[in-house]
Amino acid sequence: MPEALLTVKNLSVDFHTARGTVHAVRNVSWSVNRGETLAILGESGSGKSVSASAVMNLLDTPPAEIVSGEIFHEGKELLKISYEEHRALNGKKIAMIFQDPLGHLNPVYTVGWQIVEMMTAHGRPIEMARARALELVTRVGIPEPEKALKKYPHQFSGGQRQRLMIAMALMLKPDILIADEPTTALDVTVQAEVLALLKELQQETGMALVLITHDLGVVAEIADRVVVMSEGEIVEEGTAREVYHKPRHAYTRKLIGAAPGKGDIRQPGPEASVLLEVSGLEKTYGNFTALKDAAFTLARGQSLAVVGESGSGKSTLARTILRLEQADKGTALWKGRDLITMPQRDLLAIRQQIQMVFQDPTQSLNPRMSVYQLISEGWEIHGLMPDRKARRARVEELLEQVELLPSHCDRYPHQFSGGQRQRIAIARALALEPELIICDEAVSALDVSVQAQVMALLDDLRAKLGISYLFIAHDLGVVRDFADTVLVMKEGEIVEQGSTEAIFSAPQHPYTQRLLAANLDPDPDIQAQRARSGRAAP
Amino acid sequence: MSDSTAVKPVSQDQNKGASALLGMLWRDKFAFVSAIVLLIIMAFAIFGPALLGDLATSQNLRGRNSPPFDLSRGWIFVLGGDSLGRPILARLIVAAQSTMAVAAGAVATALVIGAFFGLIAGYMGKTASQIIMRLADVIMSFPSLLLAVVVLYVLGPSIPNMILVLAITRIPIYLRTTRAEVLEVRERMFVQAAVVMGASHRRIVLRHILPVIAPTLITIATLDFAFVMLAESSLSFLGIGIQPPSITWGLMVSQGRPYLNTAWWLAFWPGLMIVITALSLNLLSNWMRVALDPAQRWRLESRKSTDA
Amino acid sequence: MIKLVGQRAIASLLSLSVLMVMVFFLSRLTGDPAALFLPIDATEQMKEQFRALHGLDRPILEQFGLYIRDVLHLDFGESLRRARPAIDIVLEAYAWTLPLALITMALVIVAAIFLGSIAAFNVGGVIDRGISVVSLIGASAPDFWIAIVAIVVFAINLAWLPTSGVGTPWHWIMPVGILFIRPFGLIVQVVRGSMLSALSAPYVKTARAKGVKNGPLIFVHTLRNAMLPVITVIGDQAAALLNGAVIVETIFGFPGVGKLMIDSILQRDFNVVMAAILVTAIAIFIMNILIDIAYSILDPRIRQ
Repeated sequence: MPEALLTVKNLSVDFHTARGTVHAVRNVSWSVNRGETLAILGESGSGKSVSASAVMNLLDTPPAEIVSGEIFHEGKELLKISYEEHRALNGKKIAMIFQDPLGHLNPVYTVGWQIVEMMTAHGRPIEMARARALELVTRVGIPEPEKALKKYPHQFSGGQRQRLMIAMALMLKPDILIADEPTTALDVTVQAEVLALLKELQQETGMALVLITHDLGVVAEIADRVVVMSEGEIVEEGTAREVYHKPRHAYTRKLIGAAPGKGDIRQPGPEASVLLEVSGLEKTYGNFTALKDAAFTLARGQSLAVVGESGSGKSTLARTILRLEQADKGTALWKGRDLITMPQRDLLAIRQQIQMVFQDPTQSLNPRMSVYQLISEGWEIHGLMPDRKARRARVEELLEQVELLPSHCDRYPHQFSGGQRQRIAIARALALEPELIICDEAVSALDVSVQAQVMALLDDLRAKLGISYLFIAHDLGVVRDFADTVLVMKEGEIVEQGSTEAIFSAPQHPYTQRLLAANLDPDPDIQAQRARSGRAAP
Repeated sequence: MSDSTAVKPVSQDQNKGASALLGMLWRDKFAFVSAIVLLIIMAFAIFGPALLGDLATSQNLRGRNSPPFDLSRGWIFVLGGDSLGRPILARLIVAAQSTMAVAAGAVATALVIGAFFGLIAGYMGKTASQIIMRLADVIMSFPSLLLAVVVLYVLGPSIPNMILVLAITRIPIYLRTTRAEVLEVRERMFVQAAVVMGASHRRIVLRHILPVIAPTLITIATLDFAFVMLAESSLSFLGIGIQPPSITWGLMVSQGRPYLNTAWWLAFWPGLMIVITALSLNLLSNWMRVALDPAQRWRLESRKSTDA
Repeated sequence: MIKLVGQRAIASLLSLSVLMVMVFFLSRLTGDPAALFLPIDATEQMKEQFRALHGLDRPILEQFGLYIRDVLHLDFGESLRRARPAIDIVLEAYAWTLPLALITMALVIVAAIFLGSIAAFNVGGVIDRGISVVSLIGASAPDFWIAIVAIVVFAINLAWLPTSGVGTPWHWIMPVGILFIRPFGLIVQVVRGSMLSALSAPYVKTARAKGVKNGPLIFVHTLRNAMLPVITVIGDQAAALLNGAVIVETIFGFPGVGKLMIDSILQRDFNVVMAAILVTAIAIFIMNILIDIAYSILDPRIRQ
């Protein structure tokens, strides 16, 4: 067997923190060949980025310590060469791009300067670097490339910034490109474009691509082989198809099982009375129209999903209904009374009936309040349940309802994991026995397996308590599993609405079609099939 | 989705409150020593005048400007005697009271008033905020020397008046900090969550915003205590602060100045006391900045698990 | 930029007007200049004459009206003590304060950025601790005390430097050295903190992944970003120096605006006090504009 282009062998890395030593990765081995795409798949805390950081010499020691292992590249052992030798290799032979291109580009220099620096740092003449930069920026599809080079990172969109990062990484024609969650912060349609670009460039240059991701869909779309990591260890490896269709390890099976978008589409229930009727809702910020003529109805016990990409106005819709922001125009009738024009005093009483669950529970729970204080605050505000004993009992009951322990009452939010925190936030919403819960990207910050549990909990509450949901999301898989009806938003407008079945099987608006096409399926076969038909179609 | 977020074991020793805080203090030796020094100075301030008040004012013309480290006249003269033959050590200990009283009074007054208006400026609309901030600008640029002279002549030289002068000049610091913090905190999600639940403005400010910004204010107050002490001693030095027979360290430096050529210790020791106190406050404030921030606190928490 | 300067000018003018009004009335509460300027045995008639001569016998509101009228004609009145235009006296003093402030600040900026950066690169090391301790002591020491100790050591015992006056460059060493200490202590700390957080920023990771050498990594990629919070603190400290260093100027007999200010206040020379406040406010306004310009040069995000 010929030697691979890059081989990581039995790598173990510890992190020494004030709270003790963490084994970040243990005995990790993988290799990648020229022209191949290897995906390293794992959830947060799995240690999936650590080996790549070791390859790039980006681990800070301390706190990190490389306990054992070897990394081979073209006959060199990368853990043994000098700092200077490693520096000469970085960017030239092995390049890397990151999740958040805004943070990873220096804000005070032009992108042109930063791209050119990739070559000048390795001693190439500046004229040559400029010519190459222009060529590559054109290649990655940035409009007006000459002007673009003189601009600063904040003047580009997220997708464009990632393209610029890719152009920078390719300046010296590296053998290997490591991409750490390159599309996680991007909208689905942009994600599809960036992945397609990476694929094309790999075919053109024949480089090896190491892609670190948490997303089965990305793996299915782009990877040849995949290694699955859990708690610092590789639990499974194989081709993307093998791993998806014949997972051997329990963790992989759990991960695949948790991927949303595979269950039956919900069928609309019997006609119910209208709870919320929104019409003509508008909101502008200066010249920017955030929300334009929004209209829909929500029935009792119904789940209405609002999907759209960032900046589509879906959060503004929720915030204006809740009067966190004042709408410019329009009405939102709650059981026949208009929330938008209602005086503050009356609104207070209605706040009890509509609750909200926010995207990031780390931020939506006051860090200085205990779980008991957090959950019981609503009663204090509304003067309910004056009896302390009864309150305590009810808080414990609610904690059990969201599958936490009654003994968690006196703990503080930072002592819980992300998924547990979101359950606390849900328990807080439930405490006031609301009729409607607005979920603003309530599961998108969570790992897939945790996300599945939280979704199951929400679904269960709907069945038991008859709660309605206004469910804002960008993940179409989650929406497909959960919603009765779907609104599709784009640039502040509702471009299409209908039953989940209708939207997913027969989308009418071109944007909806594009959104659905860009949504990645976790099954590599389905992705391959889509790619073939996609290529044949135009 | 950073990989480090999930590595967060639920620690058991989290909420033992005071004892946990003491443990953290013990681990930072600089801060620990500072705290001890400040406790000693506090003890001087509280008990000093009662115990040594007579000694500190008893003149002894034969002991005029007696040099330090000479124990022949008793331990109380270990730091020497002043121009009227009074023991410097006793005077230092007695002077701790008014020095501390002025600084503590000024900081507390400025903190309360500044935080109150800062909360209003940060939470209310643009107009209220603008008016308050412009007023803060005016106060900030008002020459503190002039203010001191005005108060000295109109209200007379007394410790409460000194507190008034210094508090006025420090209000803008707390006001600006509070406002900036409020502007940031009020946009946080948990404040929005409280609004959704129907919380009143009063509740949002007192239960959700104030507790979050309190540690920052306390840290600044510690640092400011040192600054106010220096400001008071400067004014006393210039003769527009505390007036004899009241006595502060700054005034002692000023009184020792004419004897620089012959008896350096008159001005040296009180200055050293100021340096030691201010340095301790600075070190303690640096420690508090970390200890009171839940996001950074782990740096100071028990390393038991590493040792095991 | 021009719009920004305009907005700032209006806001500053507003604050300055309120300030001047307050100073005008408050300063007149501190006592009668006639009692201070005339001999102790001066008759009531002499005092009356003195007051009439300087317009101090009129109702205070009328005095204020006359003052405003004069100021609008750029006449800031005469000094009671020296019988010369107040504004001339202030500008002469400023000609001493300005170089003192500029020299001190230039030294502070160079030293603090250099040592603060070094401390950040060696975080936790011996150099870092040394710099931290020195800067903290600097920030904790009262300047009048250091000045006194410095005079004892350098002027009296060693006889290297003159005790007071402004004749030669030697006269500047102690005032500059003592004014240097506190801003240096503060700014070093800010540079260190800011540099530390900039060094852990994601773009530094990118630069390392690009294979950028350590020199440019620190001085090109990191320092410029780290300077942004530092500039704010530099501005505050420079403003304090432009207000005049009262203590240091008094102790070393340096004829700057700080000494002028305290002397004029103690002598009830109201016109000089008012003129000094005005000139200082203009100097600080200009410096704030320079700070804004520095910001927009360093950070392209502010330019829009």
